[in-house]
Amino acid sequence: MIALERRPNSSRLWLYATPVLAVFLTVLSGAVLFSLLGFNAIEALTAYFISPLRDSYGLGELTIKATPLAIIAIGLAIGFRANVWNIGAEGQLTLGAITGGGLALLFYGAEGPWLPPLMLIGGMVGGAAWAAIPAFLRTRFNANEILVSLMLTYVAGLLLSYLVTGPWKDPMGFGFPRTRMFGDEALLPTLFAGSRMHIGFPIALVTVAAAWFLIARSFIGFQIKVVGLTPPAAGYAGFSNAWIIWATLLTSGALAGLAGAIEVAGPIGQLTPSISPGYGFTAIIVAFLGRLHPLGILFAALLMALSYIGGESAQIELGLPLAVTGVFQGMLLFFLLASDVLVHYRIKLRPAREGV
Amino acid sequence: MTKLTRRSFSALTLAAGAAAAFPARAADPLKVGFIYVGPVGDFGWSYQHDQGRLAIEQELGDRVKTSFVESVPEGADADRVITQLARSGHKLIFTTSFGYMEPTNKVAKNFPDVMFEHATGYMRADNVATYAARFYEGRYVAGILAGRLSKTNKIGYIGSIPIPEVIRGINAFTHSARKINPAIEVTPIWVNEWYNPGKEADAAKALIDQGADIILQHTDSPAPVQTAEERGVLCVGQASNMERFGPTAHMTAIVDHWAPYYVERTKAVLDGTWTSGDVWGGFNSGMVEMSPYNKNLPEAVVAEAKAAEQAIHDGKLHPFSGPIKNQAGEVAIADGATAPDGELLGMNWYVEGVNGKVPG
Amino acid sequence: MDILAPILISIIAASTPLLFAAIGELVVEKSGVLNLGVEGMMLGGAVIAFIISVETGNSALAIVAGAAMGAMMAGLFAVLTLGLLANQVATGLALTLFGIGLSALLGQGYVGTPLTALPKLNIPGLTDIPVLGPVVFGQDVLVYLSFVVTGLVAWFLYRTRAGLVLRSVGENPHAAHAIGFPVIRIRLFAVLFGGAMAGLGGAYLSLSYTPMWAEEMSAGRGWIALALVVFATWRPGRVVLGAYLFGGLTLAQLHLQGMGSSAIPSQFLNMVPYIATIVVLVLISRDATRIRMNAPASIGKVFHPDG
Repeated sequence: MIALERRPNSSRLWLYATPVLAVFLTVLSGAVLFSLLGFNAIEALTAYFISPLRDSYGLGELTIKATPLAIIAIGLAIGFRANVWNIGAEGQLTLGAITGGGLALLFYGAEGPWLPPLMLIGGMVGGAAWAAIPAFLRTRFNANEILVSLMLTYVAGLLLSYLVTGPWKDPMGFGFPRTRMFGDEALLPTLFAGSRMHIGFPIALVTVAAAWFLIARSFIGFQIKVVGLTPPAAGYAGFSNAWIIWATLLTSGALAGLAGAIEVAGPIGQLTPSISPGYGFTAIIVAFLGRLHPLGILFAALLMALSYIGGESAQIELGLPLAVTGVFQGMLLFFLLASDVLVHYRIKLRPAREGV
Repeated sequence: MTKLTRRSFSALTLAAGAAAAFPARAADPLKVGFIYVGPVGDFGWSYQHDQGRLAIEQELGDRVKTSFVESVPEGADADRVITQLARSGHKLIFTTSFGYMEPTNKVAKNFPDVMFEHATGYMRADNVATYAARFYEGRYVAGILAGRLSKTNKIGYIGSIPIPEVIRGINAFTHSARKINPAIEVTPIWVNEWYNPGKEADAAKALIDQGADIILQHTDSPAPVQTAEERGVLCVGQASNMERFGPTAHMTAIVDHWAPYYVERTKAVLDGTWTSGDVWGGFNSGMVEMSPYNKNLPEAVVAEAKAAEQAIHDGKLHPFSGPIKNQAGEVAIADGATAPDGELLGMNWYVEGVNGKVPG
Repeated sequence: MDILAPILISIIAASTPLLFAAIGELVVEKSGVLNLGVEGMMLGGAVIAFIISVETGNSALAIVAGAAMGAMMAGLFAVLTLGLLANQVATGLALTLFGIGLSALLGQGYVGTPLTALPKLNIPGLTDIPVLGPVVFGQDVLVYLSFVVTGLVAWFLYRTRAGLVLRSVGENPHAAHAIGFPVIRIRLFAVLFGGAMAGLGGAYLSLSYTPMWAEEMSAGRGWIALALVVFATWRPGRVVLGAYLFGGLTLAQLHLQGMGSSAIPSQFLNMVPYIATIVVLVLISRDATRIRMNAPASIGKVFHPDG
């Protein structure tokens, strides 16, 4: 009978080897899946993993897609470490897009180089304010933040829809639900000619570094860890659960709002009813794929972005339906998540006894 | 013409590089790309565009090769997917949702030798044409059926997103129905989604419960048709012939029929005669069709509807010819005048007989 | 009063899929597992139930198949999270992505195929009673089943020894393990049950609510079901309340729009069910001690006997 035995220490080797193993298994089973459906497996896998990375344009696109995922996931991971379950990052992102984009509209025609930074800060404030609602209701009325943050996501989406069909509608836009395009100086600068890669990715890198410092070195990082592991111990140590809930929700809300502002000030350049293709939810997967560690999250965000872009190129190059790419993406995630077990456990063969 | 600024210069070299990577020989088939906002299996908007794509393949065979990307969210992703299509050698790209307007035009600047066709937008360039269908013509014909057949004088109208196209449809329908029966009132319910079968069914039920005996929809799923069938009221299908979902309820459907346009434009690229432009096609272009009228409808009513169809087709009847009053009872389109396309394109007011006010 | 019965029937239709999915997830969470893949499992159940119904014409078989598909997808989740100790939150989300793709793949040939809705109960005499008749005696089998299942779950959790064991596993798996309960096996059954119920919720969508198959037709109902479990503070009775409150408010805001109260933009009326759910949750959560008694303490945490 096969059993899992906990390692006394996490395996350093497997920590790095498991992603490789998972990718290998995905490639293998992907080959089987594609072949069964009548596609050339080699071509499909090339389209998935190689095509998007072939040139600087592709790499730039990868960073554009990974930027919001990484930034949001960093914030969520800080909360998840403290057992604070913010499932509503998508709504906080939307609010950040509204407040950030709203500033671009407010100062339309009077832009300056000061505007993009102001928009990013505005986005953070908006996202944090939206996250403050579940924080307040949780600490004051004990209302579960999973429900509140999730429901507020729908509310945020409808609010955005109201604004772009109503008061903020482009006066020259023939009544279509979108704002005017922001002025050029309200947009984030791009980094290279011929690529859409913009300053958002460096911001994501800075966020990763800051989170790393916060978690590993600062006192609040320590507090979060203690609360996450044993809530009562936090009480003995003299800091309150409520403070941690506020801190983590506001942080994750601000970062999600930042991501929203980056999206509208970066690749989109206006407010429309659909700002995010579900980044706030995908970032939850990214946070855990990255094992809640900032550096891991960065890699997980890049990998997740690749799986979306690869799915598109597989559709274009081979006519693979989206359904297949969705199944394949699911498999990739399953393998990655399952192989984690090898980091903390070793597989042992032992005589059958109690079914574990 | 665009000036050769630094930005467009780098874009041009980029496009040239892409072209070099995919050398096009004369014998190579023309690659035609499509980008859809929903899944092709939605049996609505994206499904109908994909029918158009299949028509190109069927009609032009070896001379073309088509590909598509489905469920592409409007926003940053659209930009990338359109670029990917252009970079992978597609010379004609159909972008089939209004929300792709800015991305299409952005990408088009970088690929001057690729031709783009954007559905339902208003931004054009030398290599970006726009096309849309005058679905309101179909709504006008549907109004005749409703004007003749409603007994409660209450019509329910399920709205998706309050954009001018939907408002225009409500107005054309209401105006037409009230020309026949001035007691008709039309009540819209907005679900703020294009596609949510359950919610669409719920909206239909709410409207029927409030006395509507005819249901119109400007959302994509056949759920309202099913609801109408179950509740024994009449309805008009959307996007495709939905009769099988409501054999007795389904009076007709206003069908999106993109195939003729898609085939024609693809041929134009093959022949080298493609130029940018704006096509807003109605019955006369084949883009809008009424699906076969339900055989249970009174013959006289069907005849009247068909006559209107023909008159619109021949240009003898314009759905928005005055006098048309707005909700306040003021004449908005004067007697003898017809609303110009510019006015229709941005329509954001209701005609008399619609309940409620335009959202937003 | 002839408007009341159809409104109530509409509310029942809107609430039943939520009730199925939420009551299943409640059992899962009571055992200490959090499965966020409800949306994916609903779609799986919806597509399989539809295919079987179209191919065989046998709706009983279709319902069973829908439940089985949900359970199979939950089984995959169980292998990963209970067997290989993968993170539950991420695995559940991945299951949703997987389910959207898989259901679309399986349903490719069935888009645009019509289907007759599940037959409604019709007892001459009883069904003809005004209002009450069609509401109570005029539903299809899945609606009755949703209430039977809810009752059974309540009875099982609070009146049986096995239910007590399941709850204790959710509270403190290590203590339960020490006493000798097979923690993993109990959680496996809970997860499979949750999947089967999500599958039934999906089957209700494609067989009764809107009898058709279209990709992503669940349109986020799996997420609402997850929120309702929290809303119900993990009590079966309150799941019914939550599902019917949400379904009722969805209908109510549509009715409000229909009555011409569009001085309020429709987007704000569309918000009503979500905001009201938050408000009611706040009202019932104020008594902190009662929430703690019901929320499973070990929810979402990986269990391994070595600690």
